[in-house]
Amino acid sequence: MKTLLKIYNVLIYIFLYAPIAVIILFSFNSGSSRAAFEGFSLQWYAELLEDEVILKSLYYSVIIAVVSALVATLIGTLAALGINALKGWKKSVFLSVNNIPVVNPDIVTAISMMILFVFALSFFHSAEMGFGTLLIAHITFNIPYVVLSVLPKLRGMDHNIYNAALDLGCKPVSAFVKVVIPQIMPGIISGLIMAFTLSLDDFVISYFNSGSTFQTLPITIYSMTKKPYSLKLNALSTLLFAVVMLLMLAINLKKSPDRTKKKA
Amino acid sequence: MRKSVAPGGSRANLIPYSGWMTLFVLIPIGLVVYYAFTGVNGFTLSNIGWIWTYRKTLWLSVELALIATVLCLLLAYPIAYGMSRASAKVQRNATLFIMLPMWMNFLVRTYAWMTILEDTGLINSALRAIFGEDFSGLRLINNHGAIVLGMVYNFLPYMILPIYTALTKISYSLVEASRDLGANGAQIFGRIILPMSVPGIISGITMVFIPSISTFIISKILGGGKDFLIGDLIEDYFLGNSGVVNYNIGAALSLVIMVLILVATFFMNHFDKDAKTSGGGSLV
Repeated sequence: MKTLLKIYNVLIYIFLYAPIAVIILFSFNSGSSRAAFEGFSLQWYAELLEDEVILKSLYYSVIIAVVSALVATLIGTLAALGINALKGWKKSVFLSVNNIPVVNPDIVTAISMMILFVFALSFFHSAEMGFGTLLIAHITFNIPYVVLSVLPKLRGMDHNIYNAALDLGCKPVSAFVKVVIPQIMPGIISGLIMAFTLSLDDFVISYFNSGSTFQTLPITIYSMTKKPYSLKLNALSTLLFAVVMLLMLAINLKKSPDRTKKKA
Repeated sequence: MRKSVAPGGSRANLIPYSGWMTLFVLIPIGLVVYYAFTGVNGFTLSNIGWIWTYRKTLWLSVELALIATVLCLLLAYPIAYGMSRASAKVQRNATLFIMLPMWMNFLVRTYAWMTILEDTGLINSALRAIFGEDFSGLRLINNHGAIVLGMVYNFLPYMILPIYTALTKISYSLVEASRDLGANGAQIFGRIILPMSVPGIISGITMVFIPSISTFIISKILGGGKDFLIGDLIEDYFLGNSGVVNYNIGAALSLVIMVLILVATFFMNHFDKDAKTSGGGSLV
């Protein structure tokens, strides 16, 4: 039974990693075919570093991810504080609304915002979708995840410490900064990281809300897959994957047990 | 002594959030409903009527998403179970390695399946190397099976992780107690482990079914573009890739997905009530 489970595990990991092995292998292909490996070369990496469209969209992706994660963390953390203090039906209403973008399929969230943007932009003459609409869209789908990662920390917090600080003459503002913020900080940080990654990774919502002038990396990748497929994409994916893998391994080596972060 | 207060409970904290969510979540959803029921001449049910026209596409989307979800559940459970029984270090590494593939762009990963599956791809080349050049090859791509494979591949981690989380919450002393009382392996699994992992199973099903039923990329890359799923239709109606832009029909089709998911979630939550005591394995 044990051996069977082991073999099964190996098969599943092969299934999960086979495409990744293929991507990495073909990133070193000296030919330009996605299907036949001809020999080893670094030409795709060299071409990648000269491709301004890709580099620019990588830059745009990072900007959108950083700004949207920061704004979402601010709005979301404030909201979590407010929601945590609510009771009864008011709390359920807020929690239900918060869940809409989480439960709705990406494509529905995407087209719902697209309808709004197209409708709103029709009032302005030459305005079109771009940085602004994309940023709003990303902030919108990030906020709920920040709320969901800060709320549990607030729920688990001991209110007596805050009240004790007040009783001992601390002003509400400084009690908040010195007592509450440190206790919910892990939730804020994980919300921020989650928002950043979701934003960096998003394809569907950006696809419908980015317009033609401002494209993030996943959109550029998509438009490149539609033309004759370029192995530059494999080189790019391999590089990004290597960076993430090193980061994750470094974090994992440092981390104490049973603190695993999951992406919803 | 003053009354105990929740810190930061000022209503002002909710103002930016309420404004933002109203403007960019509630109003857009309202607009989808509005567009679904209106046309050039105001109120109409003709957009909803298109659902009947596309009933085959709709049914195919539901069918493939269901198959992918069931396959994910069957494939994920043993993995999640094995992980939950392993040492802390193995658990940590396994979680990392299950999540790691998701960090590579999913378009590029899905394209890699093309390299593996296509007629001149890696599997068929390997088979030709074994059976000789005459081997005509297997038809592995541009069919429903390939779409399901793409769904299972992309969403399997979303099934493994919540089930694993639910399984780690089961107290092993329960299992020991039931063994002491004479339960055999099948009874322990059927009466303790499985029921107590239901919350994880439910959030896994949700997290696989929703992206599967609404995908438009997987079907495009691995399905050969001939079997459009409902997601492909919505994309076409909003972006006009096949020449026709019609927000109203697109909105009606989106509404169908939303209602389908709402109904599914309702039933799932109902089912979940029976297992409420075991603690949630939910990720969100």
